[in-house]
Parts: sequence; C-alpha cells; structure tokens
Amino acid sequence: MSVDTASETITAPVEAAHPRDEQVVFLIMTAALLVAPLFAYPFFLMQALCFALFACAFNLLVGYVGLLSFGHAMFLGSAGYFSAHIAKVWGWPPELAIIAAALGAGVIGLITGALAIRRQGIYFSMITLALSQMIYFFCLQAPFTHGEDGIQAVPQGKMLGFINLSNQMTMYYVVLAIFLFGFLAIHRIINSPFGEILKAIRENEPRAISLGYKTDRYKLAAFVLSATLVGLAGATKAIVAQNASLTDVHWTMSGEVVLMTLVGGLGTIFGPVVGAFVIVAMQNYLAGFGQWVTVIQGVIFVACVLAFRRGIVGEIAHFFKRSL
Amino acid sequence: MKTSVAIVALAAALAWAGSAAAQNKNVKIGSLSDQSSLYADIGGPGSTVAAQMAVEDSGMAAKGWKIEVIAADHQNKPDVGVSIVRQWFDVEKVDVVVDVPNSGVALAVNNVIKEKNKVFLNSGAGTSDLTNKACTPNTIHWTYDTYALANGTGNALTKGGGDTWFFLTADYAFGAALERDTTNAVTKAGGKVLGTVRHPLNSPDFSSFLLQAQNSKAKVIGLANAGGDTTNAVKQASEFGITQGGQTLAALLLFITDVHALGLNASQGLTFTETFYWDMNDGTRAFSKKFASRMKNGNVPTMVQAGVYSAVLHYLKALDALGSNPNDGAKVVAKMKEMPVDDAIFGKGNIREDGRNIHPAYLFQVKKPSESKGPWDYYITKATIPADQAFRPLSESECPLVKK
Amino acid sequence: MIPLLGISTQALFGQLLLGLINGAFYALLSLGLAVIFGMLNIINFAHGALYMVGAFCAYFLLNLLGLNYWFALIISPLVVGLLGIVIERTMLQRLAGLDHLYGLLLTFGLALIIQGVFQNYFGSSGLPYAIPRELTGGTNLGFMFLPNYRGWVIIFSLIVCLATWFMIEKTRLGAYLRAATENPALVRAFGINVPRMVTLTYGFGVALAALAGVLAAPINQVRPLMGADFIIVVFAVVVIGGMGSIMGSIVTGFMLGLIEGLTKVFYPEASNTVIFVIMAIVLLVRPAGLFGRTA
Repeated sequence: MSVDTASETITAPVEAAHPRDEQVVFLIMTAALLVAPLFAYPFFLMQALCFALFACAFNLLVGYVGLLSFGHAMFLGSAGYFSAHIAKVWGWPPELAIIAAALGAGVIGLITGALAIRRQGIYFSMITLALSQMIYFFCLQAPFTHGEDGIQAVPQGKMLGFINLSNQMTMYYVVLAIFLFGFLAIHRIINSPFGEILKAIRENEPRAISLGYKTDRYKLAAFVLSATLVGLAGATKAIVAQNASLTDVHWTMSGEVVLMTLVGGLGTIFGPVVGAFVIVAMQNYLAGFGQWVTVIQGVIFVACVLAFRRGIVGEIAHFFKRSL
Repeated sequence: MKTSVAIVALAAALAWAGSAAAQNKNVKIGSLSDQSSLYADIGGPGSTVAAQMAVEDSGMAAKGWKIEVIAADHQNKPDVGVSIVRQWFDVEKVDVVVDVPNSGVALAVNNVIKEKNKVFLNSGAGTSDLTNKACTPNTIHWTYDTYALANGTGNALTKGGGDTWFFLTADYAFGAALERDTTNAVTKAGGKVLGTVRHPLNSPDFSSFLLQAQNSKAKVIGLANAGGDTTNAVKQASEFGITQGGQTLAALLLFITDVHALGLNASQGLTFTETFYWDMNDGTRAFSKKFASRMKNGNVPTMVQAGVYSAVLHYLKALDALGSNPNDGAKVVAKMKEMPVDDAIFGKGNIREDGRNIHPAYLFQVKKPSESKGPWDYYITKATIPADQAFRPLSESECPLVKK
Repeated sequence: MIPLLGISTQALFGQLLLGLINGAFYALLSLGLAVIFGMLNIINFAHGALYMVGAFCAYFLLNLLGLNYWFALIISPLVVGLLGIVIERTMLQRLAGLDHLYGLLLTFGLALIIQGVFQNYFGSSGLPYAIPRELTGGTNLGFMFLPNYRGWVIIFSLIVCLATWFMIEKTRLGAYLRAATENPALVRAFGINVPRMVTLTYGFGVALAALAGVLAAPINQVRPLMGADFIIVVFAVVVIGGMGSIMGSIVTGFMLGLIEGLTKVFYPEASNTVIFVIMAIVLLVRPAGLFGRTA
C-alpha cells in the first residue's frame, strides 16, 4: 500500500492537545462516572466501563500509532478465559487473577505483534485477523475453555482480602478504579516522549527511521501495551460477568471495538469512552428489538463513515476548535 | 396528641403495606430467547406468544392477578443473556425466566437464577446437565434434553435394524454431548459405532463429511448437530444419493420448522425424536391453530414453544395454589414439583426432584411429499416412548438434589 | 486400493474432487472481491450479504414469478448489479480519495443492514430451493458418486472466472479499467468517463457475487446469514492470491478448496481455520500475495 499523502488518513487529529481542556473534560467524566450508579443500572455500567477501556486501548494503537488491528478480540477474550480459569480453578484472589490475565494477554501480544509488525497497512490488519482466528480456534478446542459453554460461575471473591466484590456497588467502584487507572496509563503513554515518537512514526515512518529510531521496536512496544490494557479490560469483564465465553474472541468482537472507536472518535482520547457507552447502551436497551439491533448498528456505521467521520467527540472537539 | 396520630397513621400504613405484601399478586414473566438468528424460529417470538397464551388461558386475571410477559434477545451469547437476566431481576422485578435455547446461555443464566432465588423454566436448551450436574432447586427443564433425544432415536433405530452408525458431529460441546449420549444408547441396544467426523460449527458444505460417511458403509448416519448445520447436511445428503443408496439419516435434533425449511422432498424419511407435534390429538390441534393465527408467519408451534406454554400454565397453577407470589423461587418450584402436570399439550406427567419434567416422547418420521395433505402435515408417528423410559433414570443422575 | 495416509486412494480422490468443487465457489466469490479491490481499491465487506441477496433473488424469481433457475442465473446478477450501482453512486463515491479502510467500514455497515433486514423478514431457518430438473441425479465415477449439479458448478465457475480474467487482462475495456485505477486523471484526459467505469465495475463485481449465490442456492439452504460465514474466508483468499490480481484469486480459490478438502479428511475440526494459517504464512513470506504485484 503506497503512502498517499494527498488522501485523508484515518487517524490524524489536527489540533494540538491542550492540557487544560483535557483536565476539565477528565474531571467531568470522572464526576459523571462516580454518580452514575445512582441513575443507571450498575451492572450495565460496569460492562460499559470494561468496553470503554477496551476501546481506549484499541484507540492507542489505531489513533496514535496508525495501526488498525482486526484481531484485538483475541486479547479481550483470552484474558477473560485466563482470569476466569485462574479465579475459579486455581482459586486465586481476584486482583491477582486480573493482573496475571492481563500479563498473559501481553505475552500473546508480544508473540502476535512480533509477527504482525513486519507488515504495514492493510496487510498488518489482515495478519492480525488471521492470528485472531487461530486464537479463536485454539479457544474453541482447548478443554479448559469448555468450548461454547464457556467458563461459568466465576467467583468474585474479596479484592485485596477485604473488599467484597459480590456487592454490586463495591464492585462498580473497583471497576471504575481499574478503568481510570487504564485510562490514565494510556494518557501518560500518549503524552510522553515515547508517545511523541509513536506519533512521529504514524506521520512519517521513513523519516523517523532516518532520524535513527528503531521504529519496529516502538511499534511492537505500543502493540504489547495495547494488548496488555485490553487484557486488563477482558480480565475484569470476566470477573464482573462471572463468565468467559467464545463471543469475546470472535472476530465480530474485533469489529465491535472498531465501531465503538469510530462512533466515539478515532484519535481522540475521550472518544472511545463515549463510543463504548453508546454502543453498549444500545445493545442493552434495544435488546427487546431483536433483529433491528443489527440493522441499527449498520446504519450507525454507514452514517458515521459518510457524515460523522470524526465521531461524536471528534465533532464536538472540531466544533469548539479544541482537541479532545 | 400529634405523636399518637402519627403512631396510628404509621401503624395503619404498616398494616396496609404488610397486607399488600402478603397479597402480592403481581407476576412478571421474562421470555429470554434467540430472537434473531439460529433458534429464532424454534423459540424466539413464538415463545413469547406461547407465554402470553398461557397467561390468558390460566384465568388468573379474573382472580385478581396482574401478570406481565416481557421478552429479550440473548443473541446466543452467554454474557448478553446473563446481563439481561441480572437487569430483569434487579431492575424489572421479573419472577421467572422461560425458554432460553442455546445450552451455553442456559447454563450461564442458570447460575444467576439460583443466586437470586427466582424460577427458571427452560424449554429451549438441550443440555441434560440442567437436571444433572448443574441442577438447582430453582430450575425445571421442561420439554426435552439430549439424553431423551439420543435415547429415543438411538435405541429405536438400532433395535429396528440400524445397528452400525457413523456420526457427523458439530465440533462443540453440545454436539459432543449429543454424540456421546447417542453412542451410549446405540451400544446398549446392541449396535456399533463405526466412526465419527467432527465438523466446524456453521459449515456450509458437508459433501466431504457425507462422503466419509458413505464410505464407512454404516447403516445409519447420525447427525449430531443442529439448526443450519443439520438442514445443510440433510439437503446435501439427498443430493449425493445417500438415502437412495440404502443408508438411513438420523437427525438427532430437529424441529418442525427445520423440516418446513427443507421441504419434504429433501427431508422425507428422516427419523428423529420429539416430544410434541401439533397434529397428535384434538388438544394439540386446538392449541396449535390458535398459536398459528397469532404468529406473523403462520408457523405451527415447535415443541419448544409448546413447552413454554405448558410450563407457564403449570407455574401459574402453582402460584394460584400458593395464593400469592411468595417472591421465593425455590418455594414455587417445590410446589410445581408437588402438583402433577396434566395438560392438552404433553399429556400426563410429573416433575421429578432433579427438576426434570417427565412426559412421553415420540419417534417421528418425515412423510413423503405424496403422503402429505398440506403445509405442516409432515410427521408419521413411528413409536411412542413412555414417560418413565424417555428420560435419564434417577439412578444414573449426578444431581445433588436426588436422594440416593 | 492402496491406503494412503490412512484412507484409500479412492476416497482421497473423491475428497479432492469435492474440494475442487468448493474451490470453484471460493474462486467465483473472491473474483468479484478481487475485481472490486483491484480496480477500485475498495474492500467490499458487503460481498457476502450481496451473495445472499443473489440467492434470495433466485428464490423469489422461482416462487413469485415462476421463473426457473436458468432465468435466475441471468436476472439475479443483473438485479444485484443494479443494486451495486446504486450503492456505489450514492455512498461509495463520496469516499473516493479517502483511506480505503473507510470503504471497508462503510460496506461492513451495509452488510449489517442488509443481513438484519432479511433476518427480520425471513427468520433464520432458511428457504428451500431445488436443484433444477435438468441437473438432478449424478454419475458414478467409480471412486465416488458425483451429483451432476456439482459437476455443473465446477465447469460453469471455471468458464466465468476465465472469461472475466480474459476480459480484464486481454481486452481493451479491461485495459481502460486497469489504466483508470492507476492514473485516473490521465485516463480522464483521454475523454474516458472514469467515474462511470468505477460504478459499472462495482456493479459487475457484486453481480459476480450474486451469480455465486444463485449457484449456491440449490445446495446450501437459502438463509440470511449464508454470506456472513463465507466473507472472511473469501477475504483470506483474495489476500493470499494478491489483492490486485484476478488470476491470483482464481488460482487461490481452487487451491484453497483442495487444501480445505484434505484438511477435512485428516483434521476436520480445523478446516475452517487452515485458511488463516496459510494467510498468515503467506503474508509474512510474500506480503503482496502469491500473484500480487508489489505495492
């Protein structure tokens, strides 16, 4: 795929980030999430938070490094299986299960990333899809996943020995804490020297190489970080929902995260959060409409691509001429 | 003076609230199914209709009960199912979940229902684990399970001369369970399994697997799969001349809507077990006619949908006997197990302590096109398996609720 | 009959022939996708859904208008081709010049809409469509019984694939198309209406998908989701063959059918996944695909 500077690339935000704006929006977001359980059903909110973290970590790779992965579900799902298995069969406490599972996803990210990074553009995307299909097949066959029945009745236990996760409100604030941790980690990565190099690679990789940076290593590092954070989301989700199933490793889940990020705004830091909440809300509250949910999702996709290419947050940011 | 008025008012309020609670005659029924994909025609919107019909036929509204039926789509995903069910219990105050096809989803919500002490009346899923390893005091498995199907078809066909089998099995837990249960039934009846091949789920093309089955020269080819896989396999089997060549095709899980989708040309001669057929007697015919008139596509009820009707009817009878809604799932289920089941749909039966609803099963064979008098006139009843033989005997059960 | 690797050679030939037949489907489906990507740089995710629409068209033509299979072979691709032209004119044209991943996302959304609507009206069990009378029955080839219809599928697909390849690579029209992709401005300067060519090409590509759908209707159940199962496999075929190469897709389609057929004999559970293993290997060794021109 040739580098076509004339065409609009899928990723670049135009304005420079302004720390003050970001802080304000971050505070608004955190405040909203702190009081949300008083207005909305906490279980749904927890799921939305896990998907929001998933989308943010995915956006790290696509929005800031320019690598569109079609296989990110493999990290979400395998981390979910690891965490469910570790919590249920090995009996580890939830915080260790989540951390171990996230690291496991990171290892998978290292192996798959090493293979995928060697190509660019659409070929990179296709390799991630192929690898994700192989992981799906592995999850289907491996006895510990119980195939399509999934791992059920995952215990929630007590975090750090004393925080009782079976209480829904307590669990919510724990999940919120995990989400904020992940979100801030991504923010830190983006706004660090490492992050600047990543953006440079996205803008003009040959130039970065000519400046002496070993771009492959940086891309791989970003890939692994993204995979680990997605793993964190997946592992938490398995504890929240108390099950791990094949849905989370299926390629349609990779498509969903693209949808969430697109709807929210590719390349914006708050976009994926908004996108995730919108999509999860839609799936939950329109569940009574059955078939029409797919149609509505399709319409949103089409509308976003044709008219709202910047996504919800992107359009808002553009309107206010800021960068979010 | 003011304090005593307050106390009297408070006491009156408490008494009123207390009596209202004691007289709780509100019931909310949730029909959780696959509304849009593989199992939509087997359960789906039809199950919601069946539940509503049961509510109307129960006559409970006249006795002062307020009963509501809601529905949702679990999209064949266990986490979506769990999420919906949790929301139903915590927010919508649903009392009982019905239908739930897809064994993975059924097992997942089974845990939640037990945790919240509600009622689970499963009609759609096949896994016999619901009354075996995964049994709970809140769950009743109403219509069928893999053991009954495997036993019925495997036993009857083997005894009838089909003593060598070859399996086409869908490569997932459900397919494997179906194959395992049928193998047990076949070997117990004196037959032999010559081989098996596992195909990926949702395979469009079965030609390769059917060729292997043909080459095995087994007398019966067992299809341990469901839905689109089964219909594709049957269609392609007739294309490859399998039945003309003398081998019998046994579908281990087939519904009338699948036969309708295949057409009689492709499906004639297929043998399988079900527990309900719309044209069996006056009772089933009356129910089915009313059901079909309320369905957008005019379909007759499948055994899953008939099961939802029967289960909801019995549930409401139990509530009526209790006098009010106790908000205690295990209590209602216990009452349902106490009362014998008797309706026009499944005939006489009872619910065992492991939650298994016992009723007769039937071995059906699909008619030739020339034998059929019109749409939906598809089955010949080849054999009736009495209720006490159709399901897994309690002596073989691993359910902790069964006293040994 | 010498057993080869555990199965008799007779059975092996049978499986290979079946694999080739499946390969014909893959080739035909991926041909349309390759034409669209090669000529227009659009990754048409709606290909599976339009294949399904082609099959449904055949069903309607038979059951509503009494027009049999042979009419369907011609009318159905025309109808779907027209639909494709409408889609291209109203939506895809606006994405010209953008990163072609937007085209993928748009067509993915279209696929969801088309499939969702059909599912709503036709449920999921599928509808029956019979093999045309002229092609029923089969011949005993000695090592297996080959249904006549399957033989027809392989011959017809080969003809269509080769005709398409010939038209694109060897005729003047094809030359215009190829030139228009590489340098639209220059071709326009010659007075050739490039946007119209683009539209017609998209229509042609999806018409090929519909043709595959009509071919599939008698042997697979006509269901709303019949395309969704195929689509990522077809993608993989196009990628392996080389994303701009017509001959690449054809050859890879048949080859994949063969490999899948062999896998079904020795490790059937993996028959869905083997294509992705091959795709990953090919992408790592020869990223432009087996026949592709390097990017």
